[in-house]
Amino acid sequence: MALPATQVQIPPVPKELERVPLVGNQRSIGWLSDHLAGIAEGKTPLWWWCAFVPSFLALCMLLSMLAYQISTGVGVWGNMHPVMWGWDIINFVWWIGIGHAGTLISAILFLLRQRWRTGVNRAAEAMTIFAVMCAGIYPALHVGRVWFDWWLFPIPTSNGIWPQFRSPLMWDVFAVSTYFTVSVLFWYMGLIPDLAVMRDRAKTKIRQFLYGLFALGWTGSNRHWSNYEKAYLILAGLSTPLVLSVHSIVSLDFAVSQVPGWHTTIFPPYFVAGAIFSGFGMVLTLLIPLRKVCHLEDVITQRHIDVMCKVTLATGSIVGYAYGMEFFIAWYSGSPYERFAFMNRALGPYWWGYWIMIICNVVVPQLFWFPKVRRNLLVVFIISILVNIGMWFERFVIIVISLHRDFLPGNWGYFKPSVVDICTYIGTFGLFFTMFLLFLRFLPMIAISEVKGVTPQADPHHPLGGAKTNGGHH
Amino acid sequence: MNATTKTYGLIAEFTTPADIMHAAEKVRDAGFRRWDVFTPFPVHGMDKAMGLKNSKVGWFAFLGGVTGYATGMLMIWWMNAFDYRIVVGGKPMFSPFGAFPPSYELTILFGAFGSLGGMLFLNRLPRLHHPLLKHRRFIENGAMHDKFYLVIETDDPKYHATETRKLLESTGSAHIETVEG
Repeated sequence: MALPATQVQIPPVPKELERVPLVGNQRSIGWLSDHLAGIAEGKTPLWWWCAFVPSFLALCMLLSMLAYQISTGVGVWGNMHPVMWGWDIINFVWWIGIGHAGTLISAILFLLRQRWRTGVNRAAEAMTIFAVMCAGIYPALHVGRVWFDWWLFPIPTSNGIWPQFRSPLMWDVFAVSTYFTVSVLFWYMGLIPDLAVMRDRAKTKIRQFLYGLFALGWTGSNRHWSNYEKAYLILAGLSTPLVLSVHSIVSLDFAVSQVPGWHTTIFPPYFVAGAIFSGFGMVLTLLIPLRKVCHLEDVITQRHIDVMCKVTLATGSIVGYAYGMEFFIAWYSGSPYERFAFMNRALGPYWWGYWIMIICNVVVPQLFWFPKVRRNLLVVFIISILVNIGMWFERFVIIVISLHRDFLPGNWGYFKPSVVDICTYIGTFGLFFTMFLLFLRFLPMIAISEVKGVTPQADPHHPLGGAKTNGGHH
Repeated sequence: MNATTKTYGLIAEFTTPADIMHAAEKVRDAGFRRWDVFTPFPVHGMDKAMGLKNSKVGWFAFLGGVTGYATGMLMIWWMNAFDYRIVVGGKPMFSPFGAFPPSYELTILFGAFGSLGGMLFLNRLPRLHHPLLKHRRFIENGAMHDKFYLVIETDDPKYHATETRKLLESTGSAHIETVEG
């Protein structure tokens, strides 16, 4: 039965069910251009230099540590028998895990039509790329003779021998290099329309030339947008299985071996959840201060922080479940070695590492159940850092605690990192923050055209978008 | 061909997505072929308003993906089971399961290149020159900022200097200009 549209009574939306808009203060589309592009224009602010100088110094320390390690050998690290994988692989897994939140935000949330992602996806994708760069250093360096790294790739050599593809370590080479390449492609593709914004705003010839070059002649044509949106959707669809596979394959580096504590089938999903958990921790750590110094409160709203806290809570709880399930299976398997490995985790010489992990990853994020906590940015910031610490200790627990006491007591040992280990790790932060700060300075850190697209002014069926009738036809 | 004096087309400016969408519907119904709409963000529903067909990018990504998977499987079989056989841990020389993870990654890698490359190919990008990017009104706080434009090219068989301008005026555009080629 067709009632005339005017007679349909739509009950008013109750206050608590009202949707919080994605862009605060009803900012106009032009304001978004000016404000978001403006972050990468004009005079470099003081806070940027205050952050850049120590980051750059740390990067220099990283380079000198790597030079020392390459010229001397892996012996400068704390790796020893039986802990042959120490901080190198801990930090590799930690950094690559951090990257996963960026791809989750850009790809999986895109497929799930979570429109809030537009406020944070660009910075999160940049975080992914730089985190994978930091991660990549470790496997490349830990082989010892770096100058033979190219043996990992299927390149014809005079030896006539090929890489051995039955090893998960070879799978990892493909997973990580594909992950890096596809993340860069996805990020760059998202940047094309925003580079065109920067090009048309450029005041100097050199900026106009460089932004123009990388914008590839983008005009905003709808015939282009049509192909662009399809390609973006496909890239999101490809990145989703990619991000799930990368940390699964990283976990197979462990799970395919026979070491008690590593040889478990739960590893792939557990690693992926942990990766997303740590990545959201890092996104919050980066964006909460940035939101303040770049005055982005209208674009990264309280609602954005709120949903990110909820994702952190959910993935943290999945990780907590995995910790419990590992213990259960160790007991249920009846294998004395498995049982020992897990009792040794909680009560052995590294008990403190295990309990730091449990407190930071399982206990602390439970605070996010409370809306009051999610709204207190200082508390969220502190929790996000604790999440990163906890996830670092998770990799420490898995790698060092599992290795230091294996089948025969004659094989046991106690691992301590060397000064070079510690300085290299601090140095990777230098690389990460140097890259991230350069990104903030020269590229739009918020996806300008995407944020414009989620405002009501951009909706041709909304009164603010110029629609004469209020909704109605569709 | 004297490109310097040739007019590229007529440009009409709009301030809301609803206005440009209605204008696009009019131009579509008038049967124009060489025309386009320029917006700072993809306007939802514009493809239908312009009468565009579904994008063909998917085929490029699909071809890339198939190529990637085949490359991975064949490469691993050829290297480890044919060209230089090595026995490792009593495992078979070639197993589709062991070869799957790298082939899967290559599927995604080549598919991603296919998708980006296909988008650029279909859009004929990169492009170093475009008449609109020299049009002052278009670039200064224009199509990349918050304005919406509809352009009908002079190359369109239906183009007529006064009639087409009249059509654009009837869409309610506040500002109509010619674009030099």
